[in-house]
This record gives sequence, structure tokens and C-alpha cells, in this order.
Amino acid sequence: MDGIHDLGGLSGFGAVDVESGEPTFHERWEAIAFAFNILGISVLRAYNVDEYRHAVERMEPRHYLAASYYERVLTGVATLLVEKGMITRGELNARLGGEFPLSHAVAAGSGGKSTARGPARFAVGAAVTVRNIRPSGHTRVPRYVRGKRGTVVHVAPPFPFPDAMAHGGGRRDEHTYHVRFEANELWPSDPAANDVGSSEAVIVDLWESYLEAAV
Amino acid sequence: MSARRRSVPESSPASRVEALDGLLREKNLLPEGFVDLVVYQVETEMSARNGAKVVARAWVDPAYRARLLTDGTAACAELGFHGPQGEYIVVLENTPSIHNAIVCTQCSCTAWPVLGLPPDWYKSPEYRARVVREPRAIFREMV
Repeated sequence: MDGIHDLGGLSGFGAVDVESGEPTFHERWEAIAFAFNILGISVLRAYNVDEYRHAVERMEPRHYLAASYYERVLTGVATLLVEKGMITRGELNARLGGEFPLSHAVAAGSGGKSTARGPARFAVGAAVTVRNIRPSGHTRVPRYVRGKRGTVVHVAPPFPFPDAMAHGGGRRDEHTYHVRFEANELWPSDPAANDVGSSEAVIVDLWESYLEAAV
Repeated sequence: MSARRRSVPESSPASRVEALDGLLREKNLLPEGFVDLVVYQVETEMSARNGAKVVARAWVDPAYRARLLTDGTAACAELGFHGPQGEYIVVLENTPSIHNAIVCTQCSCTAWPVLGLPPDWYKSPEYRARVVREPRAIFREMV
């Protein structure tokens, strides 16, 4: 989905706030929310990690940006436990004494199909173009590289295709590639992205189904 | 439902965690001691100190350094660092002219076994949005 979570390259954000000596968790509820996600995935086996990521992506966008990381975790976990029938929205609201905010529903017809078959199609050095896909469901291809041309710098082992895994599509593993994009390909007219000799590049881990051979 | 009401919830996340906690206990879905076990594991077994040990070993052991740059997953596992979110690790080397940074622009993935759970700045919209587009500016600010 072209969601609020897909933040790479958006303008307008301010300085990064760095806390020195930061603890793993600042408050107990954060640790509990984190543990509940491990519970949902590994113990209850109610959902997989791709479904979890998509549940967070489906948060109300205004809530997503205002929430801390562990509040997003909590919202994703609660949403999936309701959607998978482990608990109900009514039970959550009754316990809370108010409306428990959950993510929006999965868009109708969502779910990608792996198009990769057999051995790795691309080798190190191959010129590739990212398909300009606009799926309504989960995908791991960021908006800022769609339609862009890059070079394969590393071929990684097959890994489950997330666009299908997040939608109950069954597991199909395909190769992922570390694809290098030059800054002037991604942000051609932004001086901030091209200062000091345009030497920056972004390397993105992309599944084979996202790629085609560059013409 | 008004837009105002949907934008930011009235309840605190702590109160929502308490509500979910109570519900999971009521339905016997939460094993006793589970939260503390998870917290113990992430706070003691997953840490950026593990990654520091890997780097320090590479400084003093050229053969290990070569293995680390060839097969990061196996070299980290040699020192006991492997597991969830560390299934495949590629190690890149900074040089006088190349500075590498990692980011997950879409959520906040990182290699837990060698870096630990990421700090807040790594998970912030500011870092995720900006580092792929203006890395030099963000590094200057973060020094």
C-alpha cells in the first residue's frame, strides 16, 4: 500500500533526537507490548511477521505519525488478535473503558503473487529497473525506488515473498538482491541529496518479483 | 466518528497495554512469566555490545575479519550471535571515504543479535525519511 509508513525520502521532517545511554525500554508497558508481539507470532502463532508489519501500516495515518514505536507495535498486535478471532473489539473496549484504537481493515483484493521461479535471475553487476507496482496490500518495495534504475551488488538467499505472506498467500521463497541506486537517480534535482560530488548511493534489499532487467 | 477523535487516541498506550494484558490472562493466552522471559532475553542476549565484540575481534584477527566480510552471518554465529532478525547478515566496512548507515524506511528492522533492539532515533520518522535522501546533513546533525 502507498501508506504513511513508507517514509523514505519524504521532506519536511526535522532533526533526529538522539538520547545518549538510552535503555532498551523506557517504560514497562513498552516491554509488555513488545513481548505480546513475540507471543502472537511465536507462541500463539496467530499471525506472521509480514501480517504484523501490514497491521501497523494499516493504522490511521494521523495516529501512526503521532504514536511512538511501541504504541505502533501495540496497535498492530491488538488489531491482529481481533482479526484472527483470539479476542474481540468489544472485549478490548470493555476492559479499557473506552474505544481501543485499532488499524483499518485490509483493502479488498489485496495480496501479491510471486512471479519468480527457479534460480536467481540476476547476477552481481546486472542493471535492473524496479517495477512501478502500486499494490493495495503489503509490499516491501519502497515508493522512492519504483521505476528507478539500479545495479545488483549482492545476491542474497531466497526468503519468503512478503506481498503474499502478509495476506495468507502461502509461502514462496525467492531471491532478494541488494540493488544500488545512485543519489542522482533517486533525487535528481535535490541539492541536499547531491552535495559534495554526488557520491551517495542507497542500497535496497529487493525481492526478485519487484525487478526487471533494465533496457 | 469525528476526524479529531480518530487522530490521536484519548487513552494512554499504558492503559491499553493493561487492558490487553488483562484480556489475555482472562483467556489463558499469556503463559506465566512470558513477558519477563522476553525482556530478559532482549536485554541480556541481544545488544549492540555483541556487534562491538565482533568488530573488536576483526581488528585483532585478520583471518576473522576476512571471514566476517565474506560471510557475516557465519562469522557472527562463530561468536554465538544469531537468531531472530539475524537470519542473514552482510557486513560492510567503513573507509576514509565511505561511511555506511543502515535504515529500515518502512518499519524499523535491524539485526537484533548484533545490534540489539534499535534506539528511538533509529525508529523515528525523521531518521527513516531523511537518511536515504540527505545522509550528509543527518550525520552532521547527529555527531
